[in-house]
Amino acid sequence: MSSNDASAAPVQRAKTTGLHKGDIVPGVAKVDPIIIADGIRRTFGGLTAVNVDHVEIPRNAITALIGPNGAGKTTLFNLLTGFDKPDEGKWTFDGHPLAGMGAHKVAGLGQVRTFQLTKALGLLTVLENMKLGAKDQIGENIFRAMIPSLWRKQEAEIEERAIVLLKKFKLDTKSSDFAASLSGGQRKLLEMARALMSQPTLVMLDEPMAGVNPALTQSLLDHILDLKEEGMTVLFVEHDMHMVRHIADWVIVMAEGQVVAEGPPDEVMKNQAVIDAYLGSHQDVDLGIVTGRIEGELNTEAIELAAEVKHLDENIANRKETGK
Amino acid sequence: MDILQILSNTGSSLIAPATIGYALAALGLAMHFGFTGLLNMGMAAFMAIGAYGYAISILTFGFPWWGGMLVGVGGSLVFALILGIPTLRLRGDYLAIVTIAAAEVVRLLFLTTTFDKYTGSADGLSGYHESFRAFNPIPDGTYGFGPWEYNANGWWVRIFGITILALAAFILWAVMRSPWGRVIKGIREDEDAVRALGKNVFSYKLQSLMLGGVFGAMGGIIYALPASVNPGVYVTSLTFFVYTALLLGGAATIFGPIIGSVIFWGVQTLLSNLLPAMVNVGLLPFMTTTQSQTVRFILVGVALMLLVIYRPQGILGNKKELTFVK
Repeated sequence: MSSNDASAAPVQRAKTTGLHKGDIVPGVAKVDPIIIADGIRRTFGGLTAVNVDHVEIPRNAITALIGPNGAGKTTLFNLLTGFDKPDEGKWTFDGHPLAGMGAHKVAGLGQVRTFQLTKALGLLTVLENMKLGAKDQIGENIFRAMIPSLWRKQEAEIEERAIVLLKKFKLDTKSSDFAASLSGGQRKLLEMARALMSQPTLVMLDEPMAGVNPALTQSLLDHILDLKEEGMTVLFVEHDMHMVRHIADWVIVMAEGQVVAEGPPDEVMKNQAVIDAYLGSHQDVDLGIVTGRIEGELNTEAIELAAEVKHLDENIANRKETGK
Repeated sequence: MDILQILSNTGSSLIAPATIGYALAALGLAMHFGFTGLLNMGMAAFMAIGAYGYAISILTFGFPWWGGMLVGVGGSLVFALILGIPTLRLRGDYLAIVTIAAAEVVRLLFLTTTFDKYTGSADGLSGYHESFRAFNPIPDGTYGFGPWEYNANGWWVRIFGITILALAAFILWAVMRSPWGRVIKGIREDEDAVRALGKNVFSYKLQSLMLGGVFGAMGGIIYALPASVNPGVYVTSLTFFVYTALLLGGAATIFGPIIGSVIFWGVQTLLSNLLPAMVNVGLLPFMTTTQSQTVRFILVGVALMLLVIYRPQGILGNKKELTFVK
């Protein structure tokens, strides 16, 4: 393998713009939404985890869902993918109403997700993990399963597709290893690659970068950007603001179960509600430099950060005064 | 002490109908527990339903032997549905509790005097052999050598049992190497991940429960085929014995459950012959022959514990592919 391969400088790819209609407010209508959710509410006992009046996810764009811990991001994810049922509300995916639909049916429509805590199927090989992702397999019916001649051909096609994807995710050398033997970051890659085996239209990633080392972050970011180029829609939950800034075309901010802001990343980051929600704790510049994506921007970033911190300090000071 | 007689009994037990019945039930548990990760603690109920379904339909309704077997298998399918639909949404440990309770309910239903006319309650059922023996293609006489000398009926039961066992092992092997088996193993690892990939996990678990249940029912039928249906057999400890056989051979393997059952019965028979003999010649002065029969069950329990702790993958299992340790 040539060393250029790994260290090829990332190219800042063009963001998709003009996704919304009218003024940017929380719940703004999109030009071409893939998911439209209305009045989704989910309570756990006395706690309202999610209370979203209206939200739309733009098609063929990368949308980031951000917010502090406990904001309800993962719960919203679970609701949208059928892993959890809301107390009330309805939502559509690609025109199909999804309310009350089971998780496997939602996935069958082309909406595939990954998990915050990576779910690699440990005692299956990497290749088996991949093949499991393919949809509409003839041999997955118990009666047809007993007659290999019915599914061998499809199996070979699936395997071919799996190997192409594994190469792309640089896991091809591991294909016959148990997934349990992979590192945490490799499992994230495997989970994403496995999700792509189902040829989805919407990929939902729950904290794709959590626990991934910076070198791998780079390739994960590129993979996510590739998804958009291949015509897919991406919705992801992430805490790393730099990643959000680099790859998201649209950002939705949640706090205490509600959508408090949304918009293109640069504008959202300036939004007072967002700064309040995060209190600047994730504005750490290291990662951007390590990934090489913002090389040379360090100074401006650092200056920006300093300004933000100062601004926040003032805010906090003001609030303390008015509070007392 | 008649060493030859002890060894002969032990050798004979290796292909006894009880061994074949255990092997079939253990194959069913391999499907449930080894491959799908369903902690079914109610295998005894599947075996009971198979055996009673066979015996009752012959004795009460005059079915031919194959009709009785179909009823037993059909009964186990219905039981799998009734058991599975409400419980397969539960987490593994809860499933174990519910299945153990369901198995007790089934056993007590067969034991109660209310249905004495059909089930024979505590006496069990016997005298249903005519139809099966009438189909015996082997001419009368005694065949075989050494410990394996049986009459025509004895061989007919064993050959039939081994054929069914081979068929069950083949079916399990065929489905587990297919994409269906891949989904099943995926469910064992993490059912949410499989669900997220668009597979109907509940339906797969139900299919697994039904297929394994059919193996269990056939095991129960083969177990009861040569002699009688005795309600004292289908107790919870039967399930544990079958688990011991399964774990001995290897939970996530095809031949493991079969080899495990053979070893289990071989050792059981050896101990049940050897221990009293040793007591009689004064080698074990601290116990009576009755106590020595209990000791062998204690040894089974100890063996199960040691297996789970030191060799959870069993004899044939892949060290990397452990179901217990993750």
